[in-house]
Amino acid sequence: MVERTPILNFFTHLILFVGFVFCVAPFVIVAIAASHSLKEVNDVPMSLLPGSEFWVNIKTAWTTADLGPKLFNSFVMAAGVAAGKVIISALTAFSIVYFRYPGRMLIFWLIFVTLMLPLEVRIVPTYAVVANVMSPYQAILDVTGLSWLIEKVSGVQVSLSLGLLNSYTGLIMPLIATATGTFLYRQFFLTVPDELTEAARMDGAGALRFFIDILLPLSRNNMAALGTIMFLWAWNQYLWPLLITTDASHATAVTELKQLIPNVGGIPEWNIAMAGTLIVMLPPLVVVVAMQRWFVRGLIATEK
Amino acid sequence: MASITIRDVRKSYAKMQVVHGVNLDIASGEFVVILGPSGCGKSTLLRMIAGLEEISGGTIAIDGKVVNTLEPRERGCAMVFQNYALYPHMSVAQNIGYSLKVAGVPVAERAQRIQAVARILELEHLLDRKPMALSGGQRQRVAMGRAMIREPKVFLFDEPLSNLDAKLRVQMRSEIRKLHRRLSATSVFVTHDQVEAMTLADRLVVMNGGRVEQVGTPAEVYSRPASRFVATFVGAPAMNMLEGEVTLDGLSLLGGSRKLNVSRAGLPVGSKIAVGIRPEAVRLVAPGTPGALDATVDLVEELGAGRVIYVDLDGAAFSVVTSETAHPAPGSAVGLQFSEADLHFFSSETGSRLDVFKASMPVPAL
Repeated sequence: MVERTPILNFFTHLILFVGFVFCVAPFVIVAIAASHSLKEVNDVPMSLLPGSEFWVNIKTAWTTADLGPKLFNSFVMAAGVAAGKVIISALTAFSIVYFRYPGRMLIFWLIFVTLMLPLEVRIVPTYAVVANVMSPYQAILDVTGLSWLIEKVSGVQVSLSLGLLNSYTGLIMPLIATATGTFLYRQFFLTVPDELTEAARMDGAGALRFFIDILLPLSRNNMAALGTIMFLWAWNQYLWPLLITTDASHATAVTELKQLIPNVGGIPEWNIAMAGTLIVMLPPLVVVVAMQRWFVRGLIATEK
Repeated sequence: MASITIRDVRKSYAKMQVVHGVNLDIASGEFVVILGPSGCGKSTLLRMIAGLEEISGGTIAIDGKVVNTLEPRERGCAMVFQNYALYPHMSVAQNIGYSLKVAGVPVAERAQRIQAVARILELEHLLDRKPMALSGGQRQRVAMGRAMIREPKVFLFDEPLSNLDAKLRVQMRSEIRKLHRRLSATSVFVTHDQVEAMTLADRLVVMNGGRVEQVGTPAEVYSRPASRFVATFVGAPAMNMLEGEVTLDGLSLLGGSRKLNVSRAGLPVGSKIAVGIRPEAVRLVAPGTPGALDATVDLVEELGAGRVIYVDLDGAAFSVVTSETAHPAPGSAVGLQFSEADLHFFSSETGSRLDVFKASMPVPAL
């Protein structure tokens, strides 16, 4: 609807403004709370004018929660997950769209089904596998009686073990598989004209060459969109990092935030907690701002 | 430069057969146009030559070498697509040079060859542009450049002009012809546009329903159509067809209302035939002229250089092309006169040409 009257303009702007306030208010309050001293932040009601302790609180939060290494961990994990998801979903969709092989549709539907199995649902088996990547193979050996046989014959007890707890691999790998990304890519690949594929074949490009030279450059926008969403999603992961990082050296910033939240009966240092929150919120914000141009293009329209 | 030999080539999708045993020999350096209505299998045939479509039966050989199982890149063909199929993210130069890049040609040599091709096609000032920023005709030229740069043995064109406007189409048509004269590479051009086909072809292949109806020079196909389908498909307006029956003293037309005195040669009395007359071969005379068929004018179409006059001949539609400015008004009576030499006869059952009525049919010199 393209209609312009002063009254309509006023109302649309009013709605826009209310929405904006709803979105921004929590951030503003966090920022203001982070600038107060311990006493001011616990006043009821809290003053909505910024205090003077901002940098002090930021510094305290940074050192208390040891945010430097934690942010680094978070960054490695989020970037790893985002990159992994982009690569794996592009490859999967490429295979599904451009190759004809038996079981193709079955595989496609299996991927589809995983949409219904988010990490939270399968967290126990996933944990078990990450705790010992070899456990499925061990189980196969045990069930088939092979480990018994090997022990009888050679006297060696078979006990395969490869743990990924407290490692970047363990943080990243289980989060990489993605049905959403595969779908996004599949839809995009389906819009690429067949003639382009045929032109590449006539030009002598093989499948992988076509993928790298033609499909990937064409899907830059999709890649940026998917990468951004997945980076944010991975950055905000709480349950998985909490579960598999028993050692603080691999903890992520999001899980370490709880170090700053005052315990019941402890000192109510909400100003420090809010300062920490601000720090942890910053990197995703930077990513969104930097990527938004491609991000929006990748989601709304196919490139013309 | 290469010859193409097509032997009994078939194509079926699941249960549906779309190309039924095509045989065709294309000489080295020849420009062959495959003409047919949509769905006649002409593009499928072209794509089988290119290697983009599997061959269900028969063989295709390029330069005597059977290429059935070869990948497109190994066949030495280059193709120009209907929608140009330019890579949207690459510049004109990159588009033209992509096949060389894939083949691992060094950058310096590649740039040189791109320049050479761009000069022929007058694309030099556009080399840095993206396809998005080009007009239809320019895109078309880039697509041709992409085909040319590989110096292929065979050029394949899949209706490359159908996305251009009428004026540009005429211009590109003559450019393609000039280009062919210059490169004299074997070319196969698929189109449903008969004007394009007639003007471009050294030899014309008319296809219908997955079969080749006629192969010949454009003049041959026009003056001696091998079947009723070819007769009505080639030529605009289409050839007039009148249903008739062989009688003792010649032919009775239109359910007996008109008669034609021609020798019936060996045909049995009572066999059904169709008589064709090109609209250009009919002369309008005064009604009642001896030997002319009387008819009523239905509609007159002004073409500028000439006029198409549609007349009603006992209920059958009939068209006449005349270059005279003075023409009868709709509703008036006219006489239609034509010489026997301009008549074409086709079997009503098989649709194939019958030459039994005349000993010889004059074929214009080429």
